[in-house]
This record gives sequence, C-alpha cells and structure tokens, in this order.
Amino acid sequence: MTKKMILAVAMAAPLMIALPAAADGDHRAKAIAVIKKDFQPRGQAGLDRLAEDGVQAICNRTGNKPPDYIEKAMTADQLATVKYPADGKLLGDWKEGEKIAQSGRGFTWTDNPGLPVGGNCYNCHKIAPKETSFGTIGPSLYQFGKLRGNTAETQKYAYSKIWNAKAFNLCSEMPRFGHAGALNEKQVKDLVALLLDPESPVNK
Amino acid sequence: MKQNIIGALCALAVMGGASAQSPKKPVAKPSTKAAAAPAAEEKDAATLEFEKFRAEMEESNPAELFEMKGQEQWKAKRGPKNVSLAESCDLGQGVGKVEGAYVKMPRYFADADAVMDAERRVVWCMVEKQGFKFDDIAKQPFANETFTPDITNLVTYVATHSRNMKIAVPLDDPKVRDAYEVGKEIAAYRAGPYDFSCNTCHGTDGKRIRMQNLPNLSTPAGAIKGVQGWPGYRMTGGVMLTHQWRMGDCFRQQRFPQPKYASDAVAYLLTYMIGTANGQVYKGPGIKR
Repeated sequence: MTKKMILAVAMAAPLMIALPAAADGDHRAKAIAVIKKDFQPRGQAGLDRLAEDGVQAICNRTGNKPPDYIEKAMTADQLATVKYPADGKLLGDWKEGEKIAQSGRGFTWTDNPGLPVGGNCYNCHKIAPKETSFGTIGPSLYQFGKLRGNTAETQKYAYSKIWNAKAFNLCSEMPRFGHAGALNEKQVKDLVALLLDPESPVNK
Repeated sequence: MKQNIIGALCALAVMGGASAQSPKKPVAKPSTKAAAAPAAEEKDAATLEFEKFRAEMEESNPAELFEMKGQEQWKAKRGPKNVSLAESCDLGQGVGKVEGAYVKMPRYFADADAVMDAERRVVWCMVEKQGFKFDDIAKQPFANETFTPDITNLVTYVATHSRNMKIAVPLDDPKVRDAYEVGKEIAAYRAGPYDFSCNTCHGTDGKRIRMQNLPNLSTPAGAIKGVQGWPGYRMTGGVMLTHQWRMGDCFRQQRFPQPKYASDAVAYLLTYMIGTANGQVYKGPGIKR
C-alpha cells in the first residue's frame, strides 16, 4: 500500500511542476506538516492513511480542478485499475445490493476491521424509492436502469464507477470502493444489479 | 431559562433535524417531492420528540450541572501546585476573567507561544499553573457514559460566560490569521481510504448525509452551525461533549486516524471554523441529539 502510494506520488510529482502556482502553497505545506505531526493511530486507522496517493495529491493541489491533460491521463490510469470478474458477468443480486447500499459501516477507528464494509450508498444518493432517508451529496440514482437501459455498456460503466469513481471524474467526491479494498467483485456486482436489474425497485 | 430554550433550539438546528431547518429551505422540486414527503413526516415526529425533551429540560438544562461543577473547579485550589484557575489562568481577558473569553478564542497566547482554542487553553493552565500532567489529562480527555473529565466541566463553565455574545476571533493578529489559513487547508486535505476531506461534506450549501443537514463551514451562516451548541449535552448516551470532541468525531467518520488532544491541528481547524463564524451570536452550551 505504502509502496504504491510512494510510486503514485512520484509519478504525480513531474506533473505538479507544470501546474499553475497554487494560491496557497505555503499554508498547505504547513497544514501537511501539522497533520503529519498531530495525528495518532487508533484502531484500524493507521498513520499511513494521512499520506496522499497520486489522485489525492493532484486534487489537493488544484482545489479539485486539475487541468484537462492531467484529468485525461490520470482518469485513464484509474480506469486501468478496475478489476472485472473473470466470467465477465456484471449483474449480481439486487436484494444483496440493497443491503450493501444501506450499510455505512467500515474503515473508521471504531469499526471492527474483521467485519464486511458497507457501500454507504444511501448516505449520499437517492436510490430505491422506499428508502426516504437518503443523502444529497451525490446525484439521484432512482430509475438509473430505466433511464440508461440495462445494456452491457451501462453495466460496465456502473461496475467501473463503483469500483473506481476517479476513473471518470478525477476529483469526484465518491470513494473508490473496489480500489480501496472496501467492496469486492461480488458486492460491486450486487450493487450494479440494484441499479440496473429491471426487477430492482430502483427501476419499478 | 429562556436562554436555555434558545440554546436548545440552536442545538436542534445544528444537529440538523432536516425538518428543523426545512421551513427556511426552498420547497422541494416537484420531481423529488413524492419521495421526500414521508421522510419529512418521519423527521417531524423525531423533532417533536426532541422538542418535548427540550421542554422538559427547560427548567434544568443538563449543561448547567456541568457548568456548576466547572465553576467550583475553576475557583478551587487544585493540582500539585494547589492554585486555582481563577487566580492563575488568563484566557485572554485577564487572569481569572471568563466573561466573553470563549467567543474570543482561538487566539494567540504569548506565554505558550501558540494559538489555542478554549479547551486547549484551559488544559495549558491546568498543566502550567496547577501542575497537572498533560498525559494524565490526555489519557481520557472526553466524557463517556460513566465518566466526565474535569476539563469538560471547566470548558462548559467558560463557554456559559459567553452566552449570547458575538463570536470575535482576533483574525487581525497575524499568528491567528496564519492558523486560520492553515486550518482552511486542513479542512481541504483529502486522504484516507475514501479520499475524504472535511470539505467533502462541509464545503457546499444544501447537502445532506441521509437526513442530516451538513453545514457549509466556508460561510459565516454555515460555520456558526458548526459552533453552536458546543459544548453540548448529548441525549444519546447522556454525555457532555466539547467542540474538540466533535472535531475528532468528524475525523473518525472521515476514516482518518485520531487527532491528538489539544494539538495544533485541532486548534487551527477550530480557528478556521470559529473565525469564519465571526460576528454571529453564540448561544452557549446546548443540547444535542
């Protein structure tokens, strides 16, 4: 993990030189120094989490608005990290997907690291109409399949987006659930089914 | 006791019962109205329940119990050096003066050569003036269901004496301004397994997690919502918790490791948040859901 981060940062470094001078590099440098000094590991949340990987570094240094050429190059890199199921089947069980979408558990210092991690989906998205307690940080996904069609292409997009949201929008607010090791292939497939299966309440 | 009601109402607004704020919000667009309506009703029930609780608490805001304890502890000779904070601790308004001190922190303290929020300053006084050991205080700095640390009582006492006063963090002091700018960068720093920063949730207007409204900390109106009601008595678990605790809980949900107690990182973040709320009225310790 750390090695990967160092690599990513090293790769990002030459790009950064070409970036327009940040408005507040001095305060940001101080902020990073303070963060490095003033946090302590707790539970599963170790200090390695404070390091920026390449994507985070670019987004942090550009106020989440990287120049187009970086956006293009790095989203392509992120897309290349997506792992698809060997059998090529991307549509799982929407009922399981609903359970994963409901759960916000996982990755905090009070979470048991042995337990499965939730998808946190309803925290930010409207999805199935029955769940009225939904957040608004992300767009509504209600009728996602009905509007986009349950095609092979849409399935691949939904799977890839959930696996690594930064493959489509480099500084998206959405976590990279597969890439971060939060959700596995089966869980992502189940979420794809929640969004696209014609039987899912999302598309009723 | 009218003040208590106001405080509790503010706490309600901060905790963001969606319905608590909904009257001020534009009506939902027709397309989402059908789905949003039942949620609003549900939330109304929860809000009513909370208001009932608040009404019951009206005559005895639980925060007052902690404030009273804090007052005793502020005035008592304590610690290895056997001195009181009242005769030794300068919160920026003169030794022992608590009136209006809370709303004028964080500020720079030359004797500590540091920018300090209220809690960090009281801890500094306990260590430097009374001789308590920092590590002993930092071992269990926040309340749980069976234990409330002295520092929580003391901060509640200090905060009470800024009730209904305007927030006035001295941002014209270059050291405070610098802390503010660094705090602003800490709020923007994305890292961790989910790429979250403070601003992921608290950087734009009108967002929610589930039904919880998220204050936008980059505006005065949003920032005051993040300040209001702290320290606060939390109904869940029945514990009195401070603004420092709240910062730590945000980092927990951000999937970050834990900020060290009474550290620069927390003081700078609070300088950014409270400084952004400058000019807004602080209503005193509150009640939280």
